Amino acid sequence: MKVVFLGATRGMGRSLARLMAARGDRLVLLGRDPEELRRSAADLEAAGAPHVSTVSCDLLNADTFEPALADAARQLDGAFDTVVVTAGIFATQDALERDAALRDRVLTTDFTNTIHFCEAARTALLAHGGGTLCVFSSVAGDASRKPVIIYGAAKAGLSHYLNGLDHKFRAEGLATVLVKPGFVRTSMTAELPEPPFAGDPDDVAKTVLRAIDRKTPVVYAPPVWRFVMLVIRNLPRAVMRKIGF
Amino acid sequence: MITAPPILDARGASVPLGRIAGWGRSPVVEGREIVSEDLVRSTRFASLTRGLGRSYGDASLPSSSERLVAGSRLADRILAFDPSTGLLRAEAGLSLHALNRLLLTRGWFTPVTPGTQFVTLGGMVAADVHGKNHHSAGTFGRHLEALRLRTGSGEILDVGADSEPELFRATQGGMGLTGHILEVAVRMQRVPSPWILAGVETAPDIETLVERLRAAGREWPYTVAWADFLRDDGRGILVKGRWATPDEAGIRAFEWPGSVGVPFDMPNWVLGGPLMRVFNRAYYLANGIDARTAIVHPQPFFYPLDAVRDWNRVYGRRGMTQYQCVLPSACGAEAFRTLIRIARSHDSSPYLVVVKDFGVEGEGLLSFPRPGITFTLDFPVSERTTQRLVDALNDFVASTGGRIYLAKDAFTRAEHFRAMEPRLAEFAAVRDRWDPERTIRSAQSVRLFGDAA
Repeated sequence: MKVVFLGATRGMGRSLARLMAARGDRLVLLGRDPEELRRSAADLEAAGAPHVSTVSCDLLNADTFEPALADAARQLDGAFDTVVVTAGIFATQDALERDAALRDRVLTTDFTNTIHFCEAARTALLAHGGGTLCVFSSVAGDASRKPVIIYGAAKAGLSHYLNGLDHKFRAEGLATVLVKPGFVRTSMTAELPEPPFAGDPDDVAKTVLRAIDRKTPVVYAPPVWRFVMLVIRNLPRAVMRKIGF
Repeated sequence: MITAPPILDARGASVPLGRIAGWGRSPVVEGREIVSEDLVRSTRFASLTRGLGRSYGDASLPSSSERLVAGSRLADRILAFDPSTGLLRAEAGLSLHALNRLLLTRGWFTPVTPGTQFVTLGGMVAADVHGKNHHSAGTFGRHLEALRLRTGSGEILDVGADSEPELFRATQGGMGLTGHILEVAVRMQRVPSPWILAGVETAPDIETLVERLRAAGREWPYTVAWADFLRDDGRGILVKGRWATPDEAGIRAFEWPGSVGVPFDMPNWVLGGPLMRVFNRAYYLANGIDARTAIVHPQPFFYPLDAVRDWNRVYGRRGMTQYQCVLPSACGAEAFRTLIRIARSHDSSPYLVVVKDFGVEGEGLLSFPRPGITFTLDFPVSERTTQRLVDALNDFVASTGGRIYLAKDAFTRAEHFRAMEPRLAEFAAVRDRWDPERTIRSAQSVRLFGDAA
């Protein structure tokens, strides 16, 4: 595969990029911090990637998206066939209620600009006959829960958008893989209390890579979260008002 | 890429209070650990860095719940690997488990490995770990090229044999007290195949066991022995090994095995006498058939207990401690019987004792190994006996000129430690130069080095 990866330097993105590198996929890493990109590129080369290069791209600045994707295509002999987006930010509901600037940053990053980025990626992929667009949303977008109201709303909107993309463009050759991670032990969740069914990034990466290869439209990782969310979605309103999760 | 910056203020005040323990699960303290890919940032306000928490006692625990600990395990990138020289440079949180999976099938292995893969490079430096090849390869520190540290005063600097050599030496075996280890550069060892050619011998008593251990060490790069502590004679088995040549290994598909977990804390009676007697006897018999050699996988050879995740839960909630000492060669095998006598007189009997001969002393200022024989004893922690037992063992070890391994220790008293460590003043001088305020400290350094909590 020829992969453009936004978010490979950390967390689940780091794990997934390593699996791709180990099996010989060619990678272009997009990100904001050149030093971070350089270090991750070295790591992925050691993991076995035949090609890793880096391109500057800031998810908070939508003007950087099209040039970054064009630059990435040039580094992959003109075109790429897969785009992965794992970048995103998390903040607790408390912090988001208190801090309007943080709220704006989370909504812009996780919803508005991720959609702008996906639109640019979609256009680039379709121009070369399609491919796969894999984007990390969250189970937080599946049900309105007290600890993740605002973050969950951004992810719900993102999931909604990605499902629509798949409906509209699959026939034209563009497969959308919507990833819904449950609670995964990363630096993003290190400060949160750990619920049951918590997963590890390396296991999530395996699940997601299989989904990318099979072009599965929606994948929960760890897979058990599909059933966890099914239960939560079906809890009566009176219960959701009572419980804390 | 944008991921969540750890949400914390300059003092990390929003990091929630959790419980932190070493591998022995005793002691357990309250503390705040910041786990981040960005170790350079997370060490800025931390008083200590910890890796995978595989030291048994309190070496990786904060000196007080007010002090932040930086968790390094997500800072795990390889920054450079040169397959023509084997020189590896990586972030300090890279685990040996990941490194083995990446490099062994390409013909490279860590020059020194401890008995578990669930350690970070930073932890291996801080404890200056040794392995079955100590008699031939020394400690991990011998194979280091350079380190990047954040010193107690906050400065980031690269150290090596040619650059701040005193700080470089003090950091090897310095239990993380000389600076936060950010990056490690180490020379990997070329191996001819991923397989081990191993042999087993038995010995009827401890004298013969030690003698055969030394003899085997003259021909084999890896040796180790187990003695049956439940018997007075100290009969035991000896395992020796080396990397197999491609011819010896033949055509075998190499894969790393998975692991199974211990799902819950075992009740305390499981480790009681009769069951362990049966186990020790079975171990001896199973291994005592003959002295032939066989091609074995490196995982059971180097890491027999890694196949069982969380095996420390076997010891139940009260936790365990491991006592590891080295006694000068002059003490002879008789010392083993003294250790047995001391343990029995304190109503404690370890089940298996690991026995290993050490080669020359390393460069690290507080590096544990020195020429002699090391004994490793496991005990369940008991409020009634453990402290008195460790005191008695330390009386004996100090009297022989031996010393203990800080990566295992949770019970040694400062006065015993001082009696065993003539090198302490030199170590303190390095800390005085780089961290006069003792910004970096641990629960262990409070207990043994006289740091303030």
